[in-house]
Amino acid sequence: MSNDSMSVLYDAPGPRARRITLISSILAALAAAAGLYFLVYRPLDERGQFSMERWGPLIDPGNEVFGQVWTQLGQGFQATLTAAALAIVSSLAFGTLLAVLRVQLKSLMRRRFDSLPAPVALAVRALSWLLNGVTRFFVEVFRGLPVVITIFFCASGLPVLGVDLGDILWYLVLGLTIYNGVVIGEILRSGMEGLPGGQREAADAIGLTSFQATRMILLPQAFRIMLPALISQLVVVLKDTSLGFIISYEEVLRKSSFIIQVLDNPIQVYVVVGVIYIAVNYLLSKLAEYTQRRLAKGRRSARKSKPATTGGESGTVQETEAVAGTAT
Amino acid sequence: MDVLVNNFDVFRNGFFVTLQFCILAATGALIIGVLVAVMRISPVPPLRWLGSTYVTVLRNCPLTIVMFFAAFALPALGSNADFLRIPGLDQIFKRLGTDLPYFRFALIALSVYTAAFVAEAIRSGVNGVPSGQAEAARAIGLTFTQNLRYVVLPQAWKGAVVPLGSVLIAMIKNSALAGFFGVAGDLSASAQSLTSAGGFPIIPVFIGISLGYLILTVPLGLLLDRVERRQAVAR
Repeated sequence: MSNDSMSVLYDAPGPRARRITLISSILAALAAAAGLYFLVYRPLDERGQFSMERWGPLIDPGNEVFGQVWTQLGQGFQATLTAAALAIVSSLAFGTLLAVLRVQLKSLMRRRFDSLPAPVALAVRALSWLLNGVTRFFVEVFRGLPVVITIFFCASGLPVLGVDLGDILWYLVLGLTIYNGVVIGEILRSGMEGLPGGQREAADAIGLTSFQATRMILLPQAFRIMLPALISQLVVVLKDTSLGFIISYEEVLRKSSFIIQVLDNPIQVYVVVGVIYIAVNYLLSKLAEYTQRRLAKGRRSARKSKPATTGGESGTVQETEAVAGTAT
Repeated sequence: MDVLVNNFDVFRNGFFVTLQFCILAATGALIIGVLVAVMRISPVPPLRWLGSTYVTVLRNCPLTIVMFFAAFALPALGSNADFLRIPGLDQIFKRLGTDLPYFRFALIALSVYTAAFVAEAIRSGVNGVPSGQAEAARAIGLTFTQNLRYVVLPQAWKGAVVPLGSVLIAMIKNSALAGFFGVAGDLSASAQSLTSAGGFPIIPVFIGISLGYLILTVPLGLLLDRVERRQAVAR
């Protein structure tokens, strides 16, 4: 990637430019090392943050609390992954339903129902307008709200209203599902709307009903096109699971704070937890990039063999990126 | 609904604290993000590595952990984040100058976290400029600065503005986390204090708090949709 961006801005370097690059590389590396040493390492070292007393419980298997600490962290990660997995599955299901519903309502709104008697037709049209408005409102509200707020009010509001979900886990999953389901719904909807119009027309022409067309023609293609954006959204879900600590769900950060209360080593514990989070999410985002590249390749070769392409595609790719950006 | 009317000033103050926080965090994130983006597209390899590491680490780390770090690691480094008490600026944004450092800590965490996404948005904008553009600019003898100023950046801006907007919207939403990290009186902290300490009914409080956030996010989202649609037409 970095090579691409270089070729945009810079000529291929000559001997002089290469020398300058080399010298400034060395200078930059020295400056970075010095900065790290004086601004991070020295102050931390002076306060004993590198002592084995603080790190030992996390990295030294010989330490007497090593086992306990990692059992706690293990339980925490298990809880995090459980919540993340449940949230992912349910937001995918909810998002798909929402996307289909919104696409259906939109096509319903365009129909005039001329075969029905006039008052009935009017009522049906009014109803579809109303439902469309309601779903649009729902989407805009929960897409615009911070997911923390959604989770917080799920956990503190539902019991007051007499809805008891039992385990705290379910409040977290519900909060995450509402937010991410709406986002995934919008990803899929824009995927379906970005498809060339001929797809739906062809489906109509072979006699599929509107719902069948959505289910069998549009939705599978939208899933395929939007796969990278969907995988990026999974990273978001995994990251957002850490918000469970706000409603005292015993996920890894809450477990960490118990450990910190006893061992008083916040920096060390958060470094370890952070590294694990980063590793998992990094792999997931690499997977998203890989799928994107594969899909792009597939589409390119398809285009080569079949020169008559439709206009919708470049727009769709753009939209994928924009939606993926929103999801952060 | 009386709760909404009677506590209107709580909601209003919460809204303004959140607004101030977001303005400051957006400024910080843009500054750091531009620096990181410049590092990522610079011809000097160590700077590029540093930039990519920054982006990889912060994009894959939950904001919660970044916030914890700001709240624990900065004091451990002996910093109270006093460098943010910029004279003059702390007259406008009163929270910058308070003795309790939590506002500044949360500000640093959110800026540093969002900067990674800002850098990615800018970089994708620059990468989106066809390389022929810069080559043509060099061929007619423009210097590097002129090349950037007149050819690359104006086009990169077009590609970057929509992703940047999405990043800013996400940042506004993420700012809600600050209320759970000791920042008193912003919208999400008000939500807690009104419901748990104040004992007010939850639905009206929820509506009030939600309105506060939606006023910030929805218009920006609509504006972004418009910009995106216009660009699609222009293309």
